[in-house]
Amino acid sequence: MTRWGRISRDLVMILPVTVLAVLIFTAIFADVLAPYPYDKTALPERLTPPAWCEGGSTKHLLGTDTLGRDILSRAIYGARVSLSVSLLAIAITAIVGTALGIFSGYMGGRTDAFIMRVVDVALSFPALLLAILLAVSLGPGFFTVIFALSALGWAGYARIIRGEALRISTSDFVAQAQVIGVSPGRIMLRHIFPNILNILIVGITLSVGAMILAESAMSYLGIGIPPPVPSWGSMVADGRNSLDSAWWISTFPGILIGMVVMSGNFLGDWLRDRLDPRLRQL
Amino acid sequence: MTRFIVVRLFQMILALFGIIVIVFFLVRISGNPVLFMISPLSTQSEVEVLQKQLGLDKSYTEQFWIYLKDLAHGDLGESFVKRIPVTEMLGNALPNTLKLGIPSLVLGTVIAIALGVLAATRRDSIFDNGVKFLAILGQALPGFWLAIMAVLVFSVHFQLLPAAGMGGIEYYILPVGTMMFFMLPGMMRLVRSTMLDVLDSEYIKLARIKGLPERIVIWKHALRNAVTAPMTVAGMMLAGLVTGAVITENIFNWPGMGKLAVESAFGRDFPVVQAITIIVAVMVLGMNFLVDIAYAWVDPQIRYERT
Repeated sequence: MTRWGRISRDLVMILPVTVLAVLIFTAIFADVLAPYPYDKTALPERLTPPAWCEGGSTKHLLGTDTLGRDILSRAIYGARVSLSVSLLAIAITAIVGTALGIFSGYMGGRTDAFIMRVVDVALSFPALLLAILLAVSLGPGFFTVIFALSALGWAGYARIIRGEALRISTSDFVAQAQVIGVSPGRIMLRHIFPNILNILIVGITLSVGAMILAESAMSYLGIGIPPPVPSWGSMVADGRNSLDSAWWISTFPGILIGMVVMSGNFLGDWLRDRLDPRLRQL
Repeated sequence: MTRFIVVRLFQMILALFGIIVIVFFLVRISGNPVLFMISPLSTQSEVEVLQKQLGLDKSYTEQFWIYLKDLAHGDLGESFVKRIPVTEMLGNALPNTLKLGIPSLVLGTVIAIALGVLAATRRDSIFDNGVKFLAILGQALPGFWLAIMAVLVFSVHFQLLPAAGMGGIEYYILPVGTMMFFMLPGMMRLVRSTMLDVLDSEYIKLARIKGLPERIVIWKHALRNAVTAPMTVAGMMLAGLVTGAVITENIFNWPGMGKLAVESAFGRDFPVVQAITIIVAVMVLGMNFLVDIAYAWVDPQIRYERT
């Protein structure tokens, strides 16, 4: 392989990791990095364009919204919301999905059939509709969003991992472990779980993008984290009514979402090629 | 095979029942619809009459039983808010959704297949890389944001297309384009990768050796096998289109099912929410059922594995 080929191949990993590292850094140190508090309004400075446009000022690099709030600061705090919500939802879905998937695949029989029917229900339930229902039932808030994102998300993990667990359950080393009297719980944890770890890691990485997109869609529809706390999705929605005068309100948060999601997807693809070439798609 | 179909059908009905139970009780914990209808001047007796009128005075189990019985007769109930049969409301909204959904699905599929095949046959060319890049971009950018950007460019800046509402053909371009975006990138990638696999197979080599024109080898022999791949994810595509419809209709103020779903959920119009959820679930479950049958028909191994 040529030198350039090697570099460009590694770039597919280095760039996304950099973007995600910056995102995590920004989310943690939002208080220090943001020039203004996210809810500080300044009506005289409302709808200031970004600094490089006519009428813009370096006081607000990415401009301000209809209430004069600094877009850059809100985007920085928005990183915190998007990231914390997505990561928590991913942790919940991955843990629940993996546990049920392994259990279902290893136990087989009626247990398996029952869990898989529940998975069927979860996968054919219109996700966005459920999210709206939960938001109106529980009232919008941090935990509602996480619950809405997790309520169905575990099913995808469960289905994939159940298939793997089923395959591994029939392999010799599991049979041998059963013969020497290893308990089912221990077989699942020590013999099956390590063998599905690769798929799990790939799945988790690929779901970062999906979760951030889902969270932003919820915020866009007004069922995410309630205002004034900024989320990238709700920032896009905020700008919708002033599109004719202030394009920058909606534009920047969308670009950020795209960048982060793309990084997650690239990293997931890269990991998949490394860890599990069978699933290779592109 | 018959056994497989019967088992799958039974499982599907079970899943559907599960969904009906969940949505029925979920809407009922979302709040009392009567509280959204009364005014400060309403009297306590009015509230009680209203409760009775909507059938909300009975116990949950009783309400559920009545709902199931009505459902079995094809009766989806009456909208709390509009006081007309839900079937009538859906009858008005569904055609509007299909007006966007069908063109999006057809156009999206055709474009996805065309670009996917062209990219696969020109592997690693500029065209291929361009298609890959667009697919990756399309999967990363939020659909609602793309729609807003399209409005910004075509409606606000150039003033070529209307920003919202229904009307002539110009009202369709932006919403159809938006909705298409919810399925196009994924499908394009899938067609491309399947096509690459197919092009590598023996029978394609044979077709080439026996001297068939490349055009026929690709668009007839290879394509026929490559388009089955998107079929396997038809259920997923459909779910994507449902999400697409909810977002698209809300952005473009399009009076379809997606907009109705959001409005009735916020307005606690239980019968409407229930009906829409059930319809979507039936569509997705039905699609997965058909795919499963098709697969079992092609590959007998699955009949044993999946039951």
